Amino acid sequence: MSIAHESAASQGPLIYRQALITRLTHWTWAVCLFFLLLSGLQIFNAHPTLYIGNQSGFGFDNAVLSMRAVDTPHGAEGRTTILGHEFNTTGVFGVSGSADDPSYRGIPAALTIPSYRDLATGRVVHFFFAWLLVATLIIWLTASFANGHLRRDLTPTRRDLENFPSDVRDHVRFRFHHGNSYNVLQKLSYCAVLFVLFPLIIATGLTMSPGIDAGFPWLVEVFGGRQTARTLHFLAMFLLVLFFVVHVMMVLLAGPFNELRSMITGWYRTSPDKNASEEEKP
Amino acid sequence: MSKIMLTRRKLLVTGAAGASSLVLGGCDTFDFLSQNDSAARAVLEKANDLTYHAQRLLIRNGALATEYSETEIRQGQRPNGSTDPQTNEYLTLKDNGFADYRLSVTGLVERPRNYSLSELRNMPSRTQITRHDCVEGWSCIAKWTGTPLSRILDEVGLKPNARFVVFHCYDKYDDNAGAVPYYESCDLVDARHPQTILAYGLNGESLPVANGAPIRVRIERALGYKQPKYVHTIELVDSFAHMGRGKGGFWEDLGYDWYAGI
Repeated sequence: MSIAHESAASQGPLIYRQALITRLTHWTWAVCLFFLLLSGLQIFNAHPTLYIGNQSGFGFDNAVLSMRAVDTPHGAEGRTTILGHEFNTTGVFGVSGSADDPSYRGIPAALTIPSYRDLATGRVVHFFFAWLLVATLIIWLTASFANGHLRRDLTPTRRDLENFPSDVRDHVRFRFHHGNSYNVLQKLSYCAVLFVLFPLIIATGLTMSPGIDAGFPWLVEVFGGRQTARTLHFLAMFLLVLFFVVHVMMVLLAGPFNELRSMITGWYRTSPDKNASEEEKP
Repeated sequence: MSKIMLTRRKLLVTGAAGASSLVLGGCDTFDFLSQNDSAARAVLEKANDLTYHAQRLLIRNGALATEYSETEIRQGQRPNGSTDPQTNEYLTLKDNGFADYRLSVTGLVERPRNYSLSELRNMPSRTQITRHDCVEGWSCIAKWTGTPLSRILDEVGLKPNARFVVFHCYDKYDDNAGAVPYYESCDLVDARHPQTILAYGLNGESLPVANGAPIRVRIERALGYKQPKYVHTIELVDSFAHMGRGKGGFWEDLGYDWYAGI
C-alpha cells in the first residue's frame, strides 16, 4: 500500500488501500446479492414452507418454517411458524398489502422481484445473477491469491488474534481505528462471508438442481436431503442479510465518505498514529 | 456518555436508512423483466443456455437420479397442476378404463405406430423410487413403473434429423389467451436416459387420474413440469418453433426455462 502525501496533523496519510479488482468484485457482488435476494424471495413465495429431509411432508410434518394466511373471525391473518412456534405476522408475512386489497403471499411485494407473483421471472433473474456471483468469486479468488490480498489483508495474524478482545471492546464502543490493514473482526467476518457463506449458499443452491443431484449425489447426502439444502440456502441468505446490515452500519459509523471513497477510488485516509508514521520511513 | 448516546442515535438512523433502501429497492422497479420480449430479459435468459450446456458437459448422459428405498415412501404422490382433465376425448377414454387408449408415436421416425396400454404394459418395464422436485420448491418420493422411452424410440427408429421429443397431452391449461393443450419436450439425452419411462404405475398400483393416467412421462433429472401427464402423442421433431409460442412447452411459453434440470 503506497502513501500518497503527507496530510494535516489531525489526519493520517491517504493510502492506496483497495486494488481495482477488489473494488470491481465488491460492487459486482453487491449488485448480484441485491437481485439474488429479491428474486430468491420471489421463488420462496411459490412454496413458502421449509423442511428438513429429502421431501416435503404433506402426509407428515417435517416443516421448520412456514408462512401462510389463515381465515379468522377478524378477517385474514398472516401466520409464520418457526420450529413449532406460531407468530401473527399480518401485514408482513403471510398477508400483506393494504387492508382493502390484501395480498396472500409469504414475503411482501416490496421485497420481491418482480413485485407480483411471477416464479418464472424470479428464476430467470436468480440464475443469471447466481452465475455472475460464482464467476466473480472465481475471479476474485484467483486475483486475490496472485496479488497477495488474501495473505496480506485477509489472513488473521497471531497479533490479530491477540488483539481480538481489545478489538471487540473498541467496536462495542464504536471507536474505530483507521489503519493500513483490516482489523481482526473485519478479517474474520469477510472470511466468513467469502469462505463459508458464499460456498454454502452456492452448494445448497446447486443441491436443489435435480440435474446436479444426478451427477453429484453426494451433495444431497452432505446436506442431509434436498429440502434440508433448501432450508440451509435460506439460512445462509439470512446470515448474508445480517452481514449486509452490520457492514453498512459499520461503514456509516466509521465515516461513510472515507469508506466509500476507498471502495470506489481505492484511496483511504488512515488515522494519525505512530504505527502509520513508522511505516512512512523508507 | 453523551458521545455514546449520540452514536446510538446514529446507529438507529443508520439502521432505518439501510432497511428502507432495501424495501424501496424491490417494489416494481424491475417488473419490466416479466415481459417476454424485453431485451434485458433476453440477456438474463442466456444464463439458462449456460446452465444447460454446463450440466450436459459436467454430468454423464447416463448418470442416474438417486433411487430411494421403499421406507422413504412416506406419503402419496402429491397431485399438482391438472388433476382431472375434462376434454371429451379424455372423458370417453376414462369411462372405458382406457381400453381404447392409443399412444401414437409420430414425426421424424422411420416407422410411426400406435401402442395400446396393454402393449406398453407387456413390454419390459422399469420400476424406480425417485424424488419428484416441483419448480415451486417442494419434493415428494414415490415409486414409478413404466416402459423405458428409449425402447419405444428404438422400435420406431429415429430419422437422422430428429433432435427433440415432444409430448402432447389431453389436459388443457389456461394461458391467458384461452385453454391450450399441455405439451412438453426434451432433448434426446433425456429421452434416451435409462430412467426416462412412460409410467403407468404409481406406488405399486395403476397410475391414478390425478397423477396422469393412463401414461405420464418421468424424466427424473428434471423438475416436475417436465413430467407431462395424460400423454397421447409422442412426436419427434427437429425444432419446436412451430408449436405453441415456440418455446417447447406450455410453461416454457409462459416464461419458464426449457431446460428444467435446475
